[in-house]
Amino acid sequence: MDTPRVSRRLMLGIPLAAVAAGGIGFYALLERMRSGAYNPQEFNNPLVGHEVPDFTLPGVDGNQGFDRAALIARKRPVLVNFFASWCIPCVGEAPYLRAIAKSGLDIWGIAYQDKPGPLALYLAKYGNPYRRIASDLSGRVAINWGVYGVPESFLIAPGGMVRWHIAGPLVPEIIESQLKPALRRLS
Amino acid sequence: MKRVLILCFLGLAVTFAIAAADTPVTILRDGVTLTIAQEKRAEHIGNKLRCLVCQNETVENSQAGLAKQFRGIIRRRVVRGETNTQIVDFMVHRYGIFVLLKPPLIPLTWLLWFSPVIALLAGLMVVLIARRRRAPPSLPGLSEAERDRLKDILS
Repeated sequence: MDTPRVSRRLMLGIPLAAVAAGGIGFYALLERMRSGAYNPQEFNNPLVGHEVPDFTLPGVDGNQGFDRAALIARKRPVLVNFFASWCIPCVGEAPYLRAIAKSGLDIWGIAYQDKPGPLALYLAKYGNPYRRIASDLSGRVAINWGVYGVPESFLIAPGGMVRWHIAGPLVPEIIESQLKPALRRLS
Repeated sequence: MKRVLILCFLGLAVTFAIAAADTPVTILRDGVTLTIAQEKRAEHIGNKLRCLVCQNETVENSQAGLAKQFRGIIRRRVVRGETNTQIVDFMVHRYGIFVLLKPPLIPLTWLLWFSPVIALLAGLMVVLIARRRRAPPSLPGLSEAERDRLKDILS
């Protein structure tokens, strides 16, 4: 066996293979970012897998508010959606929220740092998919839920356990690939 | 003479009183009134936390509304007498370790923290292997007969 030749081939081949593997890895990463499967700015909300935190929020604009006890007392799953009339991605998810409500999953809204006037206008314009709407004027409850921007949604199992969370609008891809499987796991 | 001295002391006392009244003892930041020492502590905590909206900025530096709220929470808790660890834990409990700009040393971050050591060891191994390869093969010494022949030739 010609050892020097083999080792020279290895010396050229191993770095080349490493560079190629790195390239493929980065390409896969960028592809996943482009398709929305991977978001480097996302982080896991530690609330998932735990019971909802303690809070009580008043209703707004004639809607009923709610608290931790009301979520725990539920017999069916509920989607808690943090939104605001001043939030543009919320407008984007509004038609899909209406579809979710129509499909039978109750949505309870928490209006984040919002005033009753603009909120009423928003609901009149983009529809009201919410069974209840509570007002978190100071935004303190949102912080206790680990919310860092609207919209964010939490799937709450009967008994008040948080089973799934998304930071960002509920678009059809997310609903199909994440929300529906999470719902199926509950039943 | 005595009267002059008393006057001097009075003057000094008034000067000190004015200086003390002009030096702020408390300041108002992000809706919370706190002492200078408390504010320093709050800034120290806020500098260790990530603003989750502008993710490469600290809570202290960011102009985002959420960061302003975080600063208010930190200051209220400092005034309430909570320790730095308690306040940082409050944030980590809600937002996970991502909120810390310096990741803690936990099993999840071992690879991150130890990667320099791993890289150093890998480099050392490469150097050692390369050096062993380059070392000239040690030739067997001359045998008794060969040494005699060499002596014959040379003489």
